[in-house]
Amino acid sequence: MTTIFLRAVSIALGVFLILGRPGGAEAIEIQRVVSPGGIEAWLVEDHKNPIITFSVSFEGGAAVEPEGKEGLANMVAALLDEGAGPYDSEAFRRRLEDRVIGLGFNAGRDGFGARLRTLTEYSDEAFDLLRLAMTEPRFDTEPVERIRAQIVSGLKRSATRPQTIASRTWWQAAFPDHPYGRPSAGTVESIGRITVADMKAFADKVLTRDAMEVGVVGDIDPERLGVLLDRTFGALPDTPAPEAPDAATLSAVGETFVIEEPVPQSVVVFGHRGIPRDDPDRFAAAILMEIMAGGFGSRLTEEIREKRGLTYGIYAYSLPLNGAQMIMGGVSTRNDKVAETVRLVREIWAGMAEDGPTEAEVRDAKTYINGSFPMQLTSSAPIAGMLVSMQRNKRPIDYLDRRPERIDSVTMEDLKRVAKRLFLADELTFVVVGQPKDLKPTAPVPEPRS
Amino acid sequence: MIRPAFGRGPVPILAAFCFLIAAGVADADAKVYEPESIMLDNGMQVVAITDQRVPVVTHMVWYRVGGADEAPGETGLAHFLEHLLFKGTDKVPSGAFSRAVSRNGGQDNAFTGYDYTAYFQTIASDKLPMVMEMEADRMVNLTLDPDEVAAERQVVLEERRSRVDNSPAALLGERTDAALYLNYPYRRPLIGWAHEIEALTRENALAFYRKWYAPNNAILVVAGDITMERLKPLAEKYYGAIPARSVPERIRPAEPEQISARRVELTHPLAGQVSWARRWLAPSRFWGESRHVMPLSVLAEVIGGGSTSRLYKELVIEQKVALSVGAFYGGGTIGPATFGFYGQPADGHTVQDLERAVESELEAILRDGVDPAEVARAVKAMEASAVYARDSVTAPAHSVGRSLAVGRTIDEIESWPEEVGAVTVEQVMEAARAVLRKPGHVTSVLRPKPAS
Repeated sequence: MTTIFLRAVSIALGVFLILGRPGGAEAIEIQRVVSPGGIEAWLVEDHKNPIITFSVSFEGGAAVEPEGKEGLANMVAALLDEGAGPYDSEAFRRRLEDRVIGLGFNAGRDGFGARLRTLTEYSDEAFDLLRLAMTEPRFDTEPVERIRAQIVSGLKRSATRPQTIASRTWWQAAFPDHPYGRPSAGTVESIGRITVADMKAFADKVLTRDAMEVGVVGDIDPERLGVLLDRTFGALPDTPAPEAPDAATLSAVGETFVIEEPVPQSVVVFGHRGIPRDDPDRFAAAILMEIMAGGFGSRLTEEIREKRGLTYGIYAYSLPLNGAQMIMGGVSTRNDKVAETVRLVREIWAGMAEDGPTEAEVRDAKTYINGSFPMQLTSSAPIAGMLVSMQRNKRPIDYLDRRPERIDSVTMEDLKRVAKRLFLADELTFVVVGQPKDLKPTAPVPEPRS
Repeated sequence: MIRPAFGRGPVPILAAFCFLIAAGVADADAKVYEPESIMLDNGMQVVAITDQRVPVVTHMVWYRVGGADEAPGETGLAHFLEHLLFKGTDKVPSGAFSRAVSRNGGQDNAFTGYDYTAYFQTIASDKLPMVMEMEADRMVNLTLDPDEVAAERQVVLEERRSRVDNSPAALLGERTDAALYLNYPYRRPLIGWAHEIEALTRENALAFYRKWYAPNNAILVVAGDITMERLKPLAEKYYGAIPARSVPERIRPAEPEQISARRVELTHPLAGQVSWARRWLAPSRFWGESRHVMPLSVLAEVIGGGSTSRLYKELVIEQKVALSVGAFYGGGTIGPATFGFYGQPADGHTVQDLERAVESELEAILRDGVDPAEVARAVKAMEASAVYARDSVTAPAHSVGRSLAVGRTIDEIESWPEEVGAVTVEQVMEAARAVLRKPGHVTSVLRPKPAS
């Protein structure tokens, strides 16, 4: 689960690719739409099906929660579609259901978003419900307490999951004094402390037009979109978006933590600092990450899964957050193979830093990166997500056309230099949850937060 | 709901993250795909689903064989063989298939169900001949290096540990299936029991391969930037050249009458929360009274299909005896399907409280019937899911391929919206009585081990 989520994040945040290749997706044309009221959206018109898919994101997620209110962003996301304006929870959800409208909110570490999917015939109602959810959420007692209980139960359930324990410990150890070190889903205690006033304040702070990005795909033209944008977002305040947290420095660099749990397979999370989203070396880094961890055929999968059968899956990805840029990874293996697996990860890391990639690896990675883009666009939702993330990352609207050249122009010299910068074997911090044999922890595990 | 599938993994799907959709996720075999189908001379079915919005195709080969076709004692063999299909032929050595797809920007993977095994690639449409050539090659020319087989067996054991042994809910699920199905092979874990996976050999895998993998036991589905006019000559060239072979009939043992209620409980240190479920065997498209299939889908939606459903409203919002509750059903299987309910007791309530509350709600439904407005709403939502189902290149290929692999026809798949639209309240109630009045259900309970 985490694998899927995290890998998707890395793609949403930076690894986007290419239009206009041979056999590429020239068919997809991105339009910048500015509403009469001045609200901007990026649009891919597609009238083949009577469906509109809509994605919006705001600056500010778990990282801007007040200390002690961990999980607030997530709780707000769960409650915005549980009653708004004249409709209580049941009435609101019934209106969605009767019109077969999909509406959901989501919170990340740095951002907050909404996704909406509707049949064209119900788009007025759909956008109206989105507007109400953002501007007049009710936070009635019944849904608040119901959702609170469900979140607490979910936390208790996931608290025993090795993957959750490993990931949470990693972040806490790496960022002891920074919001990123706090559990973004919250804790049983912090969820219990969250009040309706906290939720209202969070919604007021985050749901602003100032740093809003909108992506739309489907059966809608620019004129109609303009009208809906004003109607839906016109009432949001134009106050400044919440400030991103300060840049963070990673702690516990190079340490190995071990948490004993009675499982037959240890879960390992590892990572260290990466390079920023706008770094001139980011194209080289994307190529190197593909070679290191791009699934079947990549170094990690070849060495650890294919050759040695040590795991079902090993992954690694870039995670450029606002306040910290990282490379994260993970692997699971039986308890008596953890020490070997950890040693191999370090070796593979060091090998890449030392020697760089091979010519063949570079050629394949470049063609993969440049060719894989249309494959992500086989349904509306990922296209809408891409439109939002391009804006979030301040990419120009023709970015996708130009990206292949930037990828192609990366030289072997660049790659060897960036490999030394990117893969820091000694800085890898490992968290292992399970009963690993012959693996020495180097530091005590930090106490979990409450 | 479809029966679970195990795959070659990892990370097959990104779309799950990209959108959280409340409605329209039904198993939508809707009359929207307009697939075209032909039969090659060697008996391989070929299906094209045209959607030319992006120059991309999803190419899938479905084999009519899965975990339920394994012999006793060799659980996990169908899935193990699926992994081994990536280990190469003389022409395309181990790993080369995936690398060729990836070098061209594509994605490839595979998965195994109880009733089918499927291999697929999503790739630029001009690369379709390349993947067809490689897929056709490994239909007959698999060579297995013993060392690679041994390493892959370890991978599958790690997969089992990741997905099952490290997860109390999955461990309980295995034991529950073993209790629910008395004789039908769905009682056996698809990924295999660990001790039987350990004993699987290269020879087992090759025997299974030779027995089941043949063009006349396979279905080719290509969706996206393709037409049958373009697909037919390619299919004839690559797959049509493979001779048909005799493939055994799929013999599935009959399930005896279920007359006893059973309970399966697991207390586990990694179970963070208590949870409860109850399930019955139910008709599927090919087992039992299949006319109940669509009404049962509607019933599941009405009783437990979301936060406005009967059970959620009554038990979670009104009585507050449950933290969450819902229903599940999927009728697209060859063997008996499962109809069931799940839930978590709210704080201050026991599993027994929840169980009684669900029972009394079901009794009320069986006694008083469901509200026609509830049925109309569920039907409408399911019909709309047919429209949403069109918004994808990959999903229609999966949906059509899965239905054909279990033995349905294109006409049956395409008449789905009409079929759901015609469901009446009476049919829903008849189906409800046919399933939920049966005594032979299995209740499963997962409990955390109390702190010692």
